[in-house]
Amino acid sequence: MHYYRAHVLVCAGSVCVTSGCRAVKEAILEGITRHQLEEEIKVVETGCMGFCELGPLVVVYPEGVMYCRVKVEDAAVIVNEHLLKGRIVKHLLYQDPNTRKTVTLMKDLPFLSKQTKVAMRNAGLINPEDIEEYIAGEGYLALAKVLSSMSPEEVIIEMKKSGLRGRGGAGFLTGLKWEFTAKARGTQKYVVCNGDEGVPGVFMDRSILEGDPHSVIEAMAIAGYAVGADQGYIYVRAEYPLAVEKLRHAINQACEFGLLGENILGTGFNFEVNIRVGAGAFVCGEETALLASIEGRRGEPRPRPPFPANEGLWGKPTLINNVETLSSVPPIILKGGAWYASMGTEKSKGTKVFALTGKVNNTGLIEVPMGIPLKEIIFDIGGGILNNKKLKAVLAGGPVGGFIPAEHLNVSMDYESLAALGTLIGSGSLTVIDEDTCVVDLVKFFVEFCHEESCGKCTPCRIGTKRMLEILERITRGEGKDGDIEALEVLCDYIKNTALCGLGQSAPNPVLSMLRYFRPELEAHVRDKHCPASVCAFLFDSPCQNTAEGGVR
Amino acid sequence: MPMVTLTIDGKEVQVEQGTTVLEAAKKVNINIPTLCYLKDINVVGACRICVVEVKGARTLQAACVTPAAENMVVLTNTPAVRASRRMTLELILSNHPFECPTCVRNKNCELQSLAEAFGIREVRYSGANPVHVMDDSSVSIIRDPDKCILCRRCASVCEKVQTVSAIGPQGRGFDTVIAPGVDMVLAESNCVNCGQCVLVCPTGAIYERDQTEEVWAALADPQKHVVVQTAPSVRVAIGEMFGMEPGSVATGQMVAAIRKLGFDKVFDTDFAADLTIMEEGSELLERINNGGILPQITSCSPGWVKFIEHFYPTLLPHVSTCKSPQQMFGALAKTFYAEKAGVDPADIFSVSIMPCTAKKFEAQRPEMNASGYQDVDVALTTRELGRMLKQAGIDFNELPEENYDDPLGVSTGAAVIFGATGGVMEAALRTVYEIVTGNTLASVDFVDVRGMEGVKEATVKVGDLDVKVAVAHGLGNARKLLDALQAGEANYHFIEIMCCPGGCIGGGGQPIPTNYEIRQKRIDGIYTADEAMVLRKSHENPAIQQLYKEYLEKPLGHKSHQLLHTKYTSRGQSNQL
Amino acid sequence: MMKRVKSVDELIKFKEAALVKIKERQIGDKTTIVVNMGTCGIAAGARDVMMAIIDEIEKRNISDVIITQAGCAGMCEHEPMLEVIKPCSPQVIYTRLNKEKARRIVIDHVINGRVVEEYALMQQA
Repeated sequence: MHYYRAHVLVCAGSVCVTSGCRAVKEAILEGITRHQLEEEIKVVETGCMGFCELGPLVVVYPEGVMYCRVKVEDAAVIVNEHLLKGRIVKHLLYQDPNTRKTVTLMKDLPFLSKQTKVAMRNAGLINPEDIEEYIAGEGYLALAKVLSSMSPEEVIIEMKKSGLRGRGGAGFLTGLKWEFTAKARGTQKYVVCNGDEGVPGVFMDRSILEGDPHSVIEAMAIAGYAVGADQGYIYVRAEYPLAVEKLRHAINQACEFGLLGENILGTGFNFEVNIRVGAGAFVCGEETALLASIEGRRGEPRPRPPFPANEGLWGKPTLINNVETLSSVPPIILKGGAWYASMGTEKSKGTKVFALTGKVNNTGLIEVPMGIPLKEIIFDIGGGILNNKKLKAVLAGGPVGGFIPAEHLNVSMDYESLAALGTLIGSGSLTVIDEDTCVVDLVKFFVEFCHEESCGKCTPCRIGTKRMLEILERITRGEGKDGDIEALEVLCDYIKNTALCGLGQSAPNPVLSMLRYFRPELEAHVRDKHCPASVCAFLFDSPCQNTAEGGVR
Repeated sequence: MPMVTLTIDGKEVQVEQGTTVLEAAKKVNINIPTLCYLKDINVVGACRICVVEVKGARTLQAACVTPAAENMVVLTNTPAVRASRRMTLELILSNHPFECPTCVRNKNCELQSLAEAFGIREVRYSGANPVHVMDDSSVSIIRDPDKCILCRRCASVCEKVQTVSAIGPQGRGFDTVIAPGVDMVLAESNCVNCGQCVLVCPTGAIYERDQTEEVWAALADPQKHVVVQTAPSVRVAIGEMFGMEPGSVATGQMVAAIRKLGFDKVFDTDFAADLTIMEEGSELLERINNGGILPQITSCSPGWVKFIEHFYPTLLPHVSTCKSPQQMFGALAKTFYAEKAGVDPADIFSVSIMPCTAKKFEAQRPEMNASGYQDVDVALTTRELGRMLKQAGIDFNELPEENYDDPLGVSTGAAVIFGATGGVMEAALRTVYEIVTGNTLASVDFVDVRGMEGVKEATVKVGDLDVKVAVAHGLGNARKLLDALQAGEANYHFIEIMCCPGGCIGGGGQPIPTNYEIRQKRIDGIYTADEAMVLRKSHENPAIQQLYKEYLEKPLGHKSHQLLHTKYTSRGQSNQL
Repeated sequence: MMKRVKSVDELIKFKEAALVKIKERQIGDKTTIVVNMGTCGIAAGARDVMMAIIDEIEKRNISDVIITQAGCAGMCEHEPMLEVIKPCSPQVIYTRLNKEKARRIVIDHVINGRVVEEYALMQQA
């Protein structure tokens, strides 16, 4: 195998692609050719590295120097200076917005300092189109291990020991789900990977599918072995064309290598994986709706029971896990359930990927041990609030979640603690809001999202969210009236208790959370016709109070 | 089946595993309200009106989809349950036009009944609602999506019972609409006009095209000679419109009532049914004797005919060329009868009273003008007749019974049973047997082909031949037979197919509600009417005998072919890419 | 190139072989060779030195070596020069190199751990 003295990694996650990484990569390749460095330096396209706002990102190994916001014209400088002469290009390095210090090496980024990468271990580090790179990083060894030395029962025991819970939102124990499917009666069973990531601002699943597709494929095969399935489906939204492309490529490679297909590694185990591209409805992330969509029917939830573990795809027992959950499986198998369970809290084990967005300095994808205080996420990893503003709250769980107000900043980030605050881990959305954000306006946005994404099957979600939205629209227009808040409360309670599926039941969460923590702000809108954050256009005194344009106050 | 024991409102109840809480509650006389639920057909838990409290459950549970479980504790009437049901009703009403007095389903609407029962006096929530265009493209059925509560019953019946899938949910969320397709109207779809959707709609979102005004106008026109025929199954259903028990045989009152409306002649489709047996039975014998295409399939049911034209056009040569009784009658009314009565056929206005919405489509088929005019001018449903009688202030229940007019009012028991599944087959067997063997049947009752079973089979010895027959009702069952036929596995001589479950007594034009129990009772009524007839075999009908002697000469003769037989159209499918 | 992996053992062997592909991206207990590649170094023949080192490393299938570069060290008359940094041992700077000398440094110092004193400028503690 050819030895290269340096590897140039270009992040080609969807965000970086949007910001022009492909052109940067081409320019670097051009420079390398011009200087005849092809034999010495290898350029690798990787999946998302996680610091999307800094893209396009280029990392040069062996040193691990990270260049941010690289433009096409910067490529020549990197080649001339760094690759040819070994001089680091200072002005392309990351600069901490608070300390103004530059950070040369990627590993020294404060953003990475408190992270522990399990699910995202390979994303951004390997070329997702090269199965050999995945194998080099112990890829498919977990599959080899279960096929050669573990019984399906032992695999399930290990998964249960790990304490891994479904990362898609519901947080159900993964090992238990595997056990239910394994025990379900039926000769034909399926493993389905839920890649229908739909919460706004959340993209860890896309990132993993793009950056490390083999980890999901390997995990599905392991799951197939454990539950007795020989067929898998990966359901990806059509809005993720790059993920679909990488997955297709990875599946083909795995088949070529005999790591999918018949008689895998000579053990007699067969497993194949197919891709299904969904039309990208939020509701299709709900597992019964997802199954309907795979079957070619309208993507709508149906009542459970029967649970998919017993009656899933085409009525057959089906295991459904989301992308992040699956990509955590191979390390658990290799290092043991106990290793995974050593991270996190008593009931929330392991690590969780969060998508950090909003008014925070460092946005992007982070993977941290469960139980980490929220404060460390916002300030140590996130680098604090943008423009040194005051933190108002963090919204966890996106449009179906709730607020963590600033006074609960020390909350341990685990399923139970967040539930106690009336919010949830959900799919890992963390939106930081500062004093300039109007909670009512934000909640209205989320209710609008749930209303737009309602499948329309059950009354509470179809009509209830519409009426909820209409009340909030009136309030933010300055037309709130006595009884509106009570009407919202009754409606929320009703939808939560009556809607057919989890999504409908969760739709009122942001409203309920607002009522719990920001009632005075809501009351100001209704009673005083005043928006304290000066966001709702009808409810502030003069236009210059509005922060929308240029931040003029 | 293992049993489970649960407690509902403090009462212990034991049910088979898999039974829903809703059905279990019925066992202890608790009727949980429903809107979207349709037993075995639409079990989707969509409307949420049937929610109950289940001990240990995080949220309220929809009783219609929640399986009863061992030691489950269910409460069906708590403040939380009532509040939730009220809210569901209010939300649905906030998205529903308040047009009750002008609605076709006024006083026969499930939403209205529930609102009444729950004492809804105000709707706390209001707001914008999607505006849909009314679809009046179809000659049979009109869709008014603004009144739709998205219960999906219509779509489920269309998909699961009829396997037509002409309508289904389009769009998403608040803008969801039940329609044939995005930007498609019913007339362009595969809709066979059976009207089963109309029967199950809880509100007035889908209903028959009302043609009563056209009939009133004809009745008021002194130029017009207005004749009417009534289908076999109308007589066992029309009484329901006036509070009679389902299945009550009200032939005499019906004839008297219709006559009071001012029709010049009140005739019976049964007469044409007997004629159909003569023609269709002869056609069958000819096919058997001369190596024609077998099995022969009946053609009386216009929903069924359109179904095969859409979905199995290659099997059309199996379908009898006989017109349906309605159309045979229509052709004869403006020819044979016109001549006999000395009326200009141009002045004859021919009305039919049918249990069926598809008959409206059939009457308008361009080929149905053998008389030189549109053979049947207006096909009314049982429901439309009921409304006309009410408008005329006719005291239906107290009317003295009257008889049909001659000669197109003379019929036999064999014709009456056309109204129930298996009836055409049985009527045909009664006649074919006696014509072929020359012997008199010991018993005219062929019970093997009766009843609600989806597909029925029988073998009848007719002379030397074992005649193998099959009967299907509901297009889903028809599909099973056709698939077997295509696969070469249907080794029958004769197949009867009726579009609607239970046959015509369960037709889309019948009084609402029409459910399994009511269908059963109407079938019972049909056989009661058959038994009450003096003549029970079509070939014994003296009026038919005379018709052949005077006018048609013989079955399958030249005139028969001209007036009583038809051809079919291969239609293709609208939703095929 | 072998494509189909037919057994667990084959997979493990394959993994070892593939490791070189990504090893450079894993920082650990590795020897680092820093070649000075300023304008002065390149003019004096640093590129030949670099290529010789790469060739030697590749030929001998050594996996735990990082080859990197630095700019001018300010001692232009000593170019081409390089630095060998072994974990837990002093850094050694070699000067006035050519291809052959470079190959010897790889064999003696990098592989066998013996400093080639005759080329060494100094050892840093």
